[in-house]
Amino acid sequence: MRRVLDTVVGGLLPPLVAVVAAMLATGVLIAAFGGSPGDFLEVIFSVPNDRVLLTIINQSAMLSISGIAAAIGFRMGLFNIGVEGQYIVGSCAGAFFAGSGLVAGPLNILATLVVAAAAGAAYALIAGLLRVYRGVSEVISAIMLNYIALTMAGYLVTNYGQASGYTFTTERLPLDSQPLGFKIFADAPGDVWALSSLALILGIGYWFLIARTRFGFELRVTGESATAARASGVNVKRMTLATMALSGAVAGLVWMPAYFGSVHTFGTPENFQAGLGFLGLAVALLGRNRTLGIFFAAALFAFLSGQSNNLQSAGIAKDVIDITQGVTVLAVVVAYEVVGRRRAKTEAERVSRQLDAEREGASA
Amino acid sequence: MSPQVSAEVMRARTFRYTWWLAALAVIVVISSVRLYTGADRITAPGTLRAATIGACPILLAGLGGLWAERAGIVNIGLEGQMLLGTWGAAFFAYHYGPLVGVLGAAAMGLLGGLLHAIATVSFGVDHIISGVAINIVGLGAVGFLAKTTFDDLEGGGPRNLSGYSTPPEFTVPLIADGARSLADRHWFIISDVAGAIAGVTTRLSVLTVLAFVLVAVTAWVLWRTSFGLRLRSCGENPQAAETLGINVYRYKYVAVLISGAFAGLGGAYLAMVASSSFTVGQTGGRGYIGLAAMIFGNWRPSGVLTGSLMFGYTDGISLLSNSGTLVHALLLLVAILLAVFAVIKVRAAERTTGLVIAGLSLGAFVWFFSSDTVNASFTGMTPYVVTLFVLAVFSQRLRMPAADGKPYRRGGAG
Repeated sequence: MRRVLDTVVGGLLPPLVAVVAAMLATGVLIAAFGGSPGDFLEVIFSVPNDRVLLTIINQSAMLSISGIAAAIGFRMGLFNIGVEGQYIVGSCAGAFFAGSGLVAGPLNILATLVVAAAAGAAYALIAGLLRVYRGVSEVISAIMLNYIALTMAGYLVTNYGQASGYTFTTERLPLDSQPLGFKIFADAPGDVWALSSLALILGIGYWFLIARTRFGFELRVTGESATAARASGVNVKRMTLATMALSGAVAGLVWMPAYFGSVHTFGTPENFQAGLGFLGLAVALLGRNRTLGIFFAAALFAFLSGQSNNLQSAGIAKDVIDITQGVTVLAVVVAYEVVGRRRAKTEAERVSRQLDAEREGASA
Repeated sequence: MSPQVSAEVMRARTFRYTWWLAALAVIVVISSVRLYTGADRITAPGTLRAATIGACPILLAGLGGLWAERAGIVNIGLEGQMLLGTWGAAFFAYHYGPLVGVLGAAAMGLLGGLLHAIATVSFGVDHIISGVAINIVGLGAVGFLAKTTFDDLEGGGPRNLSGYSTPPEFTVPLIADGARSLADRHWFIISDVAGAIAGVTTRLSVLTVLAFVLVAVTAWVLWRTSFGLRLRSCGENPQAAETLGINVYRYKYVAVLISGAFAGLGGAYLAMVASSSFTVGQTGGRGYIGLAAMIFGNWRPSGVLTGSLMFGYTDGISLLSNSGTLVHALLLLVAILLAVFAVIKVRAAERTTGLVIAGLSLGAFVWFFSSDTVNASFTGMTPYVVTLFVLAVFSQRLRMPAADGKPYRRGGAG
């Protein structure tokens, strides 16, 4: 009973409190500038129509993949802020490969996924190698690499892509490589993307890897304490490289559902959705790096973004939802910190009470 | 004076002397490259004016980063705080004039800093997480605020505003004209230095002066006052600072608030000097470049200045027309400097690193001689590539504050 209560208070309450606090903060801000917080809440909590539901499902799939990529790093104590850059590189490489039609038919999809993952992994390895061999913080190098990725992708597409109107894109995905989607919503323009299912596969794979394999165990141990891991024979350098590569490989796949599902070409900024990497970090934090948590967090963020499209009609800028999302992240980490401190304090008190009791028992 | 002290003083003098010599050598190389390639625009007054304008926002963000990190708080939220500054500058300048605009921008940045301070100092949240969240909030807030407050204004739209007054500009009499006529002669070294002087003294904004003054102020406060010493001690060893009776929380708060305000000023510069109008997302990653300049500058004001000028130059020239040939000439400069680095590294018995750099140098030479122009998109990448390079090659010589980014709790020592 106590444990159940602990799980509820420690695990579920913080995200809930965070979301409520974020809604509150957003409402206050809207009210402060003469808007109506009531309208905001009404739009956000209205029943989504088929079109919005479809967006929510597809977006939450991509956010989940991005969240898993970030979580792999987090579990080992690596802050892979480079998810953003890695998925740009993965998307660019994947789109170039798929569009070239080197492999024909459905097999092209599988080959492209491999290429995208490999590109993401290779790009993440730059930060990993710099950390392992030159002692450079992976956060700083990854920030630099994010911008380099964006510029390089732009350069490659303008110089080796093709013009379409005023912008440049990669060659279109051949028709015989375009998978059919799942027609779930009758009134929505489009399908649930076939590769949105990738999120489920990767989610289960992530859970299995972390909870059921030796690699996952070593990864968690290194995350808890690198010194303890080293003492018990874990090669921390190799683990760092492997984790970065794995995180980057998953990051490389983030945009693939959209590519194969509806966009079929890559070009910044029109034919690409930037920003999923940073949101992935937020999703992983909100979901506490657990598979189910990440799915819920991704769904929540996708829900907020999807519903925010209707805010324009209520006269509120849809950007306001970024504030809600950002404050949610901030509030949830604060809440976890507070719960953690509270727990440590109760624990310390319990131990000292027990010690006192024992001492009294001994002297009596 | 004991002999030991005098030896130290001597070493410090030699050190300073070496740096002046290195700076002179760089100018000689630049001038030679200019004469060899015939790309006189490298040091033309117009180019260097653009470079100065490009450097200032980066400089202000970098100084902001320096303040926070010297107190042990990593501030990735600079980008978001800068964004808030752009809106603050536009809003307050439109309604109350340029002075209030600048103050408003600083206040908005400070607000972002406050958020970061509450999360990281009071609640001990991971600094990077808080920074990422603040950047998300900052972008959203600016988009929301622009739509709410600018849409109905004359000269405004849902995502932009123009028609507010900006801080005054002035041209230094005599010096500006004299330097410009010298620069137009294209003489060896003299014209390059004159170009720099003309670039800085022509249509100089008050905010530019403020930015450079703040470098000196930062250096003086952080390294020459007891307040600065205490603040830096919070970044080096907060537990030790605490035992000396320093209120570490308060110093960290002050540092992060100043950091945010500086970033806000950087935003003001973008919305008032670099451009005379506001658009959502005007910073374009300059907060991160500021962070890069700070790391490049080894967490020191003079280093931040050097880094900002260099990155500002690449930022400034990317806005010039036909910058392809200009960048191509700079490629030769990069190749030569890399070759020098390679020699230094090999002589310092770091053979592998030296050889890698020599390879890069050779690559740059081959690129220079086998092409006539360089794609402009590569210039935008320069700050990031240079910072990565510096991190990779000189990471052992960079020294950040010892407790930078580490969580600190009062009474947490032993």
